[in-house]
Amino acid sequence: MTKKIFLAAAMAASYLIALPAAADGDYRAKAIAVLKKDFQPRGQASLDRLAEDGLQAVCNRTGNKPPEYMVKQLEADQLADVKYPADGKLMGDWKSGEKLAQSGRGFTWSDDPGLPVGGNCYNCHQISPKETSFGTIGPTLYQFLKLRGTQPDIQKYVYSKIYNSKAYNACSDMPRFGHIGALKEQQIKDLVALLLDPESPVNK
Amino acid sequence: MKPSLVGALCAVAVMGAAFAQTPRKTVAKPAPQSPPVAEAKDAATLEFEKFRAEMEDSNPAELFEMKGAEQWKTKRGPKNVALAESCDLGQGVGKVEGAYVRMPRYFADADAVMDAERRIVWCMVEKQGFKFDDIAKRPFANETFTPDITNLVTYVAGKSRNMKIDVPLKEPKVREAYEIGKEIAAYRAGPYDFSCNTCHGTDGKRIRMQNLPNLSTAKGAMSGVQGWPGYRMTGGVMLTHQWRMGDCFRQQRFPQPKYASDAIAYLLTYMIGNANGQVYKGPGIKR
Repeated sequence: MTKKIFLAAAMAASYLIALPAAADGDYRAKAIAVLKKDFQPRGQASLDRLAEDGLQAVCNRTGNKPPEYMVKQLEADQLADVKYPADGKLMGDWKSGEKLAQSGRGFTWSDDPGLPVGGNCYNCHQISPKETSFGTIGPTLYQFLKLRGTQPDIQKYVYSKIYNSKAYNACSDMPRFGHIGALKEQQIKDLVALLLDPESPVNK
Repeated sequence: MKPSLVGALCAVAVMGAAFAQTPRKTVAKPAPQSPPVAEAKDAATLEFEKFRAEMEDSNPAELFEMKGAEQWKTKRGPKNVALAESCDLGQGVGKVEGAYVRMPRYFADADAVMDAERRIVWCMVEKQGFKFDDIAKRPFANETFTPDITNLVTYVAGKSRNMKIDVPLKEPKVREAYEIGKEIAAYRAGPYDFSCNTCHGTDGKRIRMQNLPNLSTAKGAMSGVQGWPGYRMTGGVMLTHQWRMGDCFRQQRFPQPKYASDAIAYLLTYMIGNANGQVYKGPGIKR
């Protein structure tokens, strides 16, 4: 675990060298010290979660608005991390995608790490019109095909966005589901289908 | 100088491995059949508000306030001392009126900024001789157990009913706690890259049907303060503001904050400080 923290810290440093005036504010440094002192591991939530990775560190130090040249580099690095299916197929089954989108479980200290992790999608997005209990932290995805379907490489975009949201918006609020290993290839394919399959209720 | 791609991929691999999970089939919830309307949420909220208003004549929190009042004046602990004759909540020894809405504050005897719960725990340890570790072992209520500290906090909070929040932010130590708390609220980390502000930094957002207060505004901060300590109808449990902070970190996918720690006191200073001037209605009812 120490090694992981060290590598993540080294990573953060390599970005931050490129960030001018990146000196930690006094209060931020104190806040980090307090966090390290005052938290304890519980369940699957170990203390290494308190360490910032490179991208988090940049977002944290810039109020989620890094300078433009850094945004480009960060997004390019995150996009380079996306692993695409070997068979080249990016669309799965929208019905499985809908089930996955409903589940908000996973990664909390009270979640059994042996149980499936959800897509958490409805927590923040409107998706299928049949689900009226949806969050509003993210944009609506209803009628996604109609609104975004003409964009070139739309399947690849949606797959990449779910795999690593930061590839398109460096300090996006959205988790990086593929990057952190929360969702596997087939699950991301199923979510792509939920948004892009003409038969999906999203597009009815 | 530009950051290296190799370095980025290295961190990616590390983080990926650290949070890797086994994929399984997920469980579906039955979806309601009506079309999406934003007002649906407000209907549910209104219904609860109505129910809460009806409950207010017989607020279950009052039972806990009564128990806490009894415990406050009873000689207890290894030193056989009453909090009423030994504990200073910032308004003088034994004085509880208006103390809750004037915390967190700096206490010179403890050399720390303390929220109400942390201060009462400090008094139980220092004045009555209870062991901190014993209190911290089971600090919050569950379906079968309510710790004394929960009763005491609820009692003290009830003695600030209908008073204005007045955290002494001009006091330098409190101001520093506020600024550190503000940084903690903005700190993104963990598998989901969440900070407190991811959900609580903007107006008008919600998770599913749950409205999310913007804690950087006076009104938003107050809705994060109002109703705590709160009687949660799910499970019928009396829970404190300290508990609520911990549950937020749970959902943030962070590890667990230590009980009665600086981290929570500072975060509460930020949040309650932002609510200064707003009226606190006393211990309440939560869904």
